[in-house]
Amino acid sequence: MGGDLLTVEALAAGYGPVPVLRDVDLRVPTGTIAAVIGANGAGKTTLLRALSGMLRPTAGRILLDGRDLRGTPVEQLVRRGMAHVPEGRGVIGELTVAENLRLGALWRRDRGDAARALDEVYQLFEPLAARRRHLGHQLSGGERQMLALGRALVGRPRLLLLDEPSLGLAPRVVAQTMALLRRLRDDTGLTVLLVEQNVRSALAVADQGIVMSLGRVVLAAPAARLRDDADLRHAYLGF
Amino acid sequence: MDRFLFLTLDGLSRGAVYAAFALALVLIWRAGRIVNFAQGAMAVAAAYVAYSVTAATGSYWLGFAAALLAGLLLGAIVDVAVMRLVDHRSPLNPVIVALGLVLLIQAVLGMVYGNEYLPAQTPFSRTALTVGGTAVLSPYDLFVFATVGVVGAALVWVFTRTAIGLRMRAAAFAPEVSRLLGVNVGGMLTLGWALASGVGALAAMLVIPTGLGLHPHAMDLVFVSAFTAAVLGGLDSPPGAVVGGLGVGLLLSYVSGYAGGDLIPLAVLALLLTVLLLRPGGLFAPVTARRV
Repeated sequence: MGGDLLTVEALAAGYGPVPVLRDVDLRVPTGTIAAVIGANGAGKTTLLRALSGMLRPTAGRILLDGRDLRGTPVEQLVRRGMAHVPEGRGVIGELTVAENLRLGALWRRDRGDAARALDEVYQLFEPLAARRRHLGHQLSGGERQMLALGRALVGRPRLLLLDEPSLGLAPRVVAQTMALLRRLRDDTGLTVLLVEQNVRSALAVADQGIVMSLGRVVLAAPAARLRDDADLRHAYLGF
Repeated sequence: MDRFLFLTLDGLSRGAVYAAFALALVLIWRAGRIVNFAQGAMAVAAAYVAYSVTAATGSYWLGFAAALLAGLLLGAIVDVAVMRLVDHRSPLNPVIVALGLVLLIQAVLGMVYGNEYLPAQTPFSRTALTVGGTAVLSPYDLFVFATVGVVGAALVWVFTRTAIGLRMRAAAFAPEVSRLLGVNVGGMLTLGWALASGVGALAAMLVIPTGLGLHPHAMDLVFVSAFTAAVLGGLDSPPGAVVGGLGVGLLLSYVSGYAGGDLIPLAVLALLLTVLLLRPGGLFAPVTARRV
């Protein structure tokens, strides 16, 4: 505990000549959940892609545990403790559930702990254990969510980046996911940065709310304040 | 009836080689969505390496091993030094580059070794054994079956049972997600090219001695046949490549046995055209709704 696991300073990124993110600053303290919220096109997904190296920033710095990530290849980030569950969740439909999960731990040197992590994930998500041999594209939306999360967790990440975990899921499944994130934060000290359009469920679970608009961070505040302060909510979230 | 049996066995032996060569095409197609039109020329280059090594050492087997090694290396080099640099946004670009590679490799081979047929030896006799008065398979045919069988089984094992195989499949299906999970996607693609080119070299080593001999164009017709086999089976399907290869081998054997060997090129092209017209996705392609 203590200190910021993720620090972003003056980050700029975009696609080709079109800038999407401008001058983004944010901090996520170790063992907390931060929710990035904002309208469609605010740059939330672009932010996650820049953080996990899928998109090369044009300016600024990204520090993970104080170490600059510049020049670190995408495939190395997972070894630094970062797991990115992409938009649409990235379950590989042509591989089985078991193969998807194995893939999440292949990079790990500690095979014993990798096997333990795999067992834990099967206990955490029982439907996955029953469907080990099913192909990814045979799963329901909720099961895919479990698989994507489980695949990230077998790598025992310190920082979990989640893109729209509530997208297309039943409210009950969303609530379960959010409760799980809270439990992982409390039990294992996991740090989470999640991007959400579903502001209410995101703020219900988060410690910090980061509001983005047109590629900038316009407000970073304790989630409780964003939940409870009606004026602030009106001004920044429009409800 | 004896003749039919002989042609069938001969066709299967020939088909086993087409199957291996088609498998190599499928490997690269699955890894990078490229039909490697240079595969025939690359395989011939590996066979020339075998020729040189065998000429220098007097050992067929050293030459055989050298060909496989040269195949693996050449595949990796073609990926890293050529295909990696090609803009893949238009599917036509890698095709044109591969065709250019064919011209380059065949020209270099012609300059170094000459455009004459060189003798290619076999490690076992090609005289068919007779069982109860009927000519069946030669020891060399058995060698071809065994080699293709072992290589096919080894590939299945690597892709389905090993960590590196899982990485290669993941990298092919979902490169971006795989990178997020720590997979070196570029390395897996290079490995795929190396493996495919190694299998191609093996097929060349097996098939060239059964034809006129070693020549820069020795694999041209084999390539067309194997490509037809791969399309017949479905470019995405390794089992399809094997079935397609055996099917094409049988067909060509019957055509040459009953109608004359001159008709083989015509028969291959007629089959390719028929498959492309009737079932362009191949026999083993999953039935998918048309994307509109």
